[in-house]
Amino acid sequence: MQLRVAVAVVLIAVLPLIVPSFLVFDLIYVAAYAIAILGLVVLTGLNGQISLGHGAFMALGGYVVAILAHSAGVPYWIGVPLAALASGIAGLLIGLVALRLAGVYLALATFSLAVATPSFLKHYKSITGGFGGMSLDPVQAPAGVPLDGQHWLYYVAWAVTGAVFLASALLVRGKFGRALRALRDNPVAAISFGVNPYFYKTAAFGWSAVLAGIAGCFLAIPTAYVSPDTFTFALSITLLIGAVLGGITTPWGALVGGLVVEFLPLVAQQINAAAPSVVYGVALILVMMFLPDGIVGGVMRLAQRIRNAPSPPALESSTTPAAPVAASPQTRE
Amino acid sequence: MHDLAQQIVSGLATGSIFASMALALVLIYRAMGVINFAQGELAMFTTYVAWQLMQMGLSWTAAFVVTIVIAFVLGVLLERVVVRPVERANQLTLVIVTLGLFIAINGLAGWFWGYIVKAFPSPFPTDPIRIGSVGFSAQDVGIIAVSLLTLGLISLFFQKTKLGLAMRAAAIYPEQSRVLGIRVGWMLALGWGLAAVVGAIAGIMVAPVVFLDPNMMQSVIVYAFAAAVLGGIESPIGAVVGGLVLGVVINLLGTYVEAIGNELRLAAALAIIVLVLMVRPSGLFGRATVQRV
Repeated sequence: MQLRVAVAVVLIAVLPLIVPSFLVFDLIYVAAYAIAILGLVVLTGLNGQISLGHGAFMALGGYVVAILAHSAGVPYWIGVPLAALASGIAGLLIGLVALRLAGVYLALATFSLAVATPSFLKHYKSITGGFGGMSLDPVQAPAGVPLDGQHWLYYVAWAVTGAVFLASALLVRGKFGRALRALRDNPVAAISFGVNPYFYKTAAFGWSAVLAGIAGCFLAIPTAYVSPDTFTFALSITLLIGAVLGGITTPWGALVGGLVVEFLPLVAQQINAAAPSVVYGVALILVMMFLPDGIVGGVMRLAQRIRNAPSPPALESSTTPAAPVAASPQTRE
Repeated sequence: MHDLAQQIVSGLATGSIFASMALALVLIYRAMGVINFAQGELAMFTTYVAWQLMQMGLSWTAAFVVTIVIAFVLGVLLERVVVRPVERANQLTLVIVTLGLFIAINGLAGWFWGYIVKAFPSPFPTDPIRIGSVGFSAQDVGIIAVSLLTLGLISLFFQKTKLGLAMRAAAIYPEQSRVLGIRVGWMLALGWGLAAVVGAIAGIMVAPVVFLDPNMMQSVIVYAFAAAVLGGIESPIGAVVGGLVLGVVINLLGTYVEAIGNELRLAAALAIIVLVLMVRPSGLFGRATVQRV
């Protein structure tokens, strides 16, 4: 585990120095998606509450930071935490509503929220800038830091990503995570063992919304522009796709999911503008059929199998059936 | 006053589209407890098929009939190939699989026909129908007539035919039906076929109004969710009533309430979904479920 984290940290630190600068831009988006998908891992993967509308919290976060910067000149380092706070409060409120909507009904309501989000943004023109959106100031590295704005933003985004991943990992490892999983797998048993469903389910919703709000900021700041088109219905669905393909029950799945949803469309678009959707749709169905814990789950199971496999069958089973006991390499089992 | 009558008829027209899509959702939900998120996209896709057939020289009527057959086969095939293998899986899996269908079908339509909006021919005359001094759009009246006819036929099928009875039995008592020799799996597939047909008709009816494009059904399906939830997601009658009521209410709200206007109609649908689910989850016509734990 520690080794994996160390490799990831080194890779993330070195990558922007060796890849072309347009890729640095993509990698900032990977961070944004990974943070938002991590929210779905906590909420949907670990707690079983299906949200198809987390793009709405990203929109809230992105717009809060943008409106504060645009109209009051609030710097990003104050704006982003405020955006996370606003989104978290909205998440707690919607989490309270979600307590009443079990399973598929929650999916239905959040799906509708995702479809309706752009129309909210377009309707309240005086604050959101309507169709045209809002321009922001591009990010500059602070004086004395020998980086251009983009590289600076990259390191900030990934530092934040690291922090929220660490916080989430610590959170779900202990009592909190156990309660979430228990409420997902057998709510009745969990409640009779004294797990408070109202507290844990609402808290899971709130935390996942905080993450989505932060992610929304990092979707808005790199382009220094927000509009209803930044936070479409497709964005909400993209998050779920990333979570499912990456692996919806582990934070590593969120990281892989972020990579997948940023880069897979760039590759698939070469074939046809509609190809990413087709690939996504088919991949979702196939993953649910054959690889329900996603890419990360699949890789981990494969590794497990290789570790546990009996040594290569180089041996005598067929050639010397007379002495199977002495030669049999079964000790590993 | 004339204006109000016109708005109500126009609301009933959109409402009958919502009702049809809601009924398609309810048909599948009753049979297998699944909300088919892809229902709207399936309707969109089959509407494109109808358009393509007309481009190839078929008359409107011929294209309509052929499309219905294709929609039925498509619905059955999707159930057999995609949904069957995960039928017994948990709710999350089923939601994700139908969402996968949603995304894939949307992408395929974009791939085949592009994202440029296309006009779709209407079978109804453009002259208004006059009753007294009030003129109603023939389009609206036609949509209402065709949708109600479809819903009536579906209801007759379920009430009066042996196959309809078998399908109802398979939905409610799968185990017992199997013992009696009903092929439950195929009944579910037939349900998907029928739902696809209802959706295709709704798509063809609404396309002349909203125009043809791969995202044409995305807001319609949200209204259909709202209609189904309002009526009670297990009740076909509820879906139809819910759809009609929603159509009229949304249209009147959009027209007469300044603060809602065009853009917040979807938000009103969302509010209805959430309110109904919180206050009375079984909807207007559903029965409250009691769960033994």
